[in-house]
Amino acid sequence: MARLTMREAISMALREEMERDDRVFLMGEEIGVWGGTYAVTRGFLDQFGERRVRDTPIAEGVIVGAAIGAAMVGLRPVAEIMTINFAFLAMDMIVNHAAKMHYMFNGEIKVPLVIRTVGGGGRQLAATHSQTPDVVFAHFPGIKVVAPGTPADAKGLLKAAIRDEDPVFFIENALLYQVRGEVPEDEDFLVPIGVSDVKREGKDVTIVSYSRMLQTSLQAAERLAKEGIDAEVIDLRTLRPIDTRAVINSVHKTNRMVIVEEGWRAYGVGAEIAARVYELAFDHLDAPIRRVAQAEVPLPYNRRLEQMALPQVEDVVHAVKDVLYLNE
Amino acid sequence: MAEIITMPKLGFDMAEGKLEEWVKKVGDTVAEGDVLAIIETDKASVEVTSFHSGVLHRLLVSPGDIVPVGSPIAVIGAPGEAIDLAALGLKVEGEAEAAAPAKPVKPAPEKAKPEPTPAAAPAAPPPARILASPVALRMAAELGIDLSAVRGSGPDGRIIKRDIEAYLREREKQPVKPAPPPPPVPVPAMPPTLEGIEGYRAEPLTAIRKTIARRMVESKQQVPHFYLTISVDMAAAMALRKQINAVLPDENKVSVNDLVIKAAALALRKHPALNASFAGDEIRYHDQINIGMAVARETGLLTVVIKDCDKKSLAQIAHDARTVVARAREGRMQLEDMTGGTFTVSNLGMFDVEHFIAIINPPQAAILAVGAVQQVPVVDADGQIVVGTRMKLTLSADHRVTDGAEAAVFMQDLRKILEEPIRLLV
Repeated sequence: MARLTMREAISMALREEMERDDRVFLMGEEIGVWGGTYAVTRGFLDQFGERRVRDTPIAEGVIVGAAIGAAMVGLRPVAEIMTINFAFLAMDMIVNHAAKMHYMFNGEIKVPLVIRTVGGGGRQLAATHSQTPDVVFAHFPGIKVVAPGTPADAKGLLKAAIRDEDPVFFIENALLYQVRGEVPEDEDFLVPIGVSDVKREGKDVTIVSYSRMLQTSLQAAERLAKEGIDAEVIDLRTLRPIDTRAVINSVHKTNRMVIVEEGWRAYGVGAEIAARVYELAFDHLDAPIRRVAQAEVPLPYNRRLEQMALPQVEDVVHAVKDVLYLNE
Repeated sequence: MAEIITMPKLGFDMAEGKLEEWVKKVGDTVAEGDVLAIIETDKASVEVTSFHSGVLHRLLVSPGDIVPVGSPIAVIGAPGEAIDLAALGLKVEGEAEAAAPAKPVKPAPEKAKPEPTPAAAPAAPPPARILASPVALRMAAELGIDLSAVRGSGPDGRIIKRDIEAYLREREKQPVKPAPPPPPVPVPAMPPTLEGIEGYRAEPLTAIRKTIARRMVESKQQVPHFYLTISVDMAAAMALRKQINAVLPDENKVSVNDLVIKAAALALRKHPALNASFAGDEIRYHDQINIGMAVARETGLLTVVIKDCDKKSLAQIAHDARTVVARAREGRMQLEDMTGGTFTVSNLGMFDVEHFIAIINPPQAAILAVGAVQQVPVVDADGQIVVGTRMKLTLSADHRVTDGAEAAVFMQDLRKILEEPIRLLV
């Protein structure tokens, strides 16, 4: 085990996989000479050379399109889209090609592609550069969507994504890069895609979350513990295919649930999870499910307004007390 | 203007009804008096008719749902009318809360009150639905807890898991010895079980059996019954019946039971004390003479009512009885078929039962048990033993309402009418 930041854990995963399998290569904007906008690939150009660490033009459709082609003929591309807000420029490549090739060519073609990108708000980058549109990508069958919330999961899931035979959309969060955690140094440490995880056990209420909001939820759980409320925190880790087993098991125990996501509430992860719980565990609910999510506005640039629009620890605490009928 | 259709109250003690089927669909045109749905009460399946005309806009409950009396079940409005359930005071489920703020808050109009139904006591508001969370509902069902006994601590008094748990703790704390003799308990006490025998088939009580069990226990425990038996010479009545039936078509033939009902009605006219009911601090003597008759069905006993028997001809009584019994056997009772009885006639003569004693159907004051018409040896006026035609009648009467002598005179008059049956025709 090593105590690493999320950035270091992701770098470690990429380096290990590139050393293990020379079909793995990177392409993206500013990833080589510059070392990546978030410095994830610093030093990679020197170690692996220009053939395997390729700087591209500012053309997201080309990056994903070329990576799809490379994957179809047997390579293992890891394409980096600088932020998830730019992935819209590659939308057709992602949802119409990467996601559908395998199905439309009778299973004869595989697209073992990873698209790494960075989402989330909270850094005063204004409305167009601060979005959390994870569910937009998770909506399409044919592509897996992964969004880790801890350094260890980031390493294990990214390695699993690179080894996966299907396209994987891998969403990092800029505010998580500095978060530290214990990370296994094992080169074959993998976290399976499509399996959620109980990050904190509790009996009074279930908080379901993922990515940065996992950290927010864990902080809220600490605060609640001081008031004698024992919250269970579940990390979805993967948005597609979604795994609700841990969620359902937890609701059987606690009978109450809050879902926390950084993106907007409407049509969101909370809506999806709540619907599944109503379908699968209706008889176990003791209170209506509450969702904590971003205010339904383009995210403001103003720091105070931005923080008000994003879910905070106190919002989670308040929602938990709501489902426990503790608020007046 | 949209009208809300509510679960009607179809019986004195009906608290809820199960929606069996919708006869009309959403979008159907409905005229006043049309049958909207069939509901199952604990007594029978009954048609719900519409008091409004229009188009059926919304069905608020589904077949199989058990709905408290007075709760909305459907909405009728003008063709093409936009129905705002919220404005009608109906809860709209699953509507996004985010859409609301800009809308001015409309006070729920007076109209939201459920339409009064004919049988509903004018003062009684519909019983409020018990709010309970899904897990509380499931626990209550599994543990056999009556939710009306549980205090809800959630929003709007919603019963939640901790309330069920608290109720269970409280119940366990109760001392083992039974509380002081309970005031009339509607639930029949658990009978002792049979020991030392093998094998049985258990069937849960149906709604109708539960009702019979409860009402009969109530009657036997609370009503001080006394019994009078007479033996009536039916020779003349049987001869008259033969004459009458000779001129009536098959479907209108008069039965012995019809004769007894008509005779009882005429005797009751002279003895209002037997056409009465006990109402706590008063006795009510009824103007109408509405005779209930017990109808045996596979699912259990049912009492149907024939109104104004003293004013109807024998043929009319025969016709009414036949019609209402047929409806009862098909389980398609209507409200007026079951309510308003002031006296009951129970007849087991067709099974060759010679004599039996019936349990009073509260709040009525009396019930008449009718045995079979039989050929028996009798002693005639000359002291000779001859073949006679006799029928035994046993009256069960509520001693709070009437006394033995009064009831005996009633029986004398009843005998006189049956033994001089021309009185049935004039």
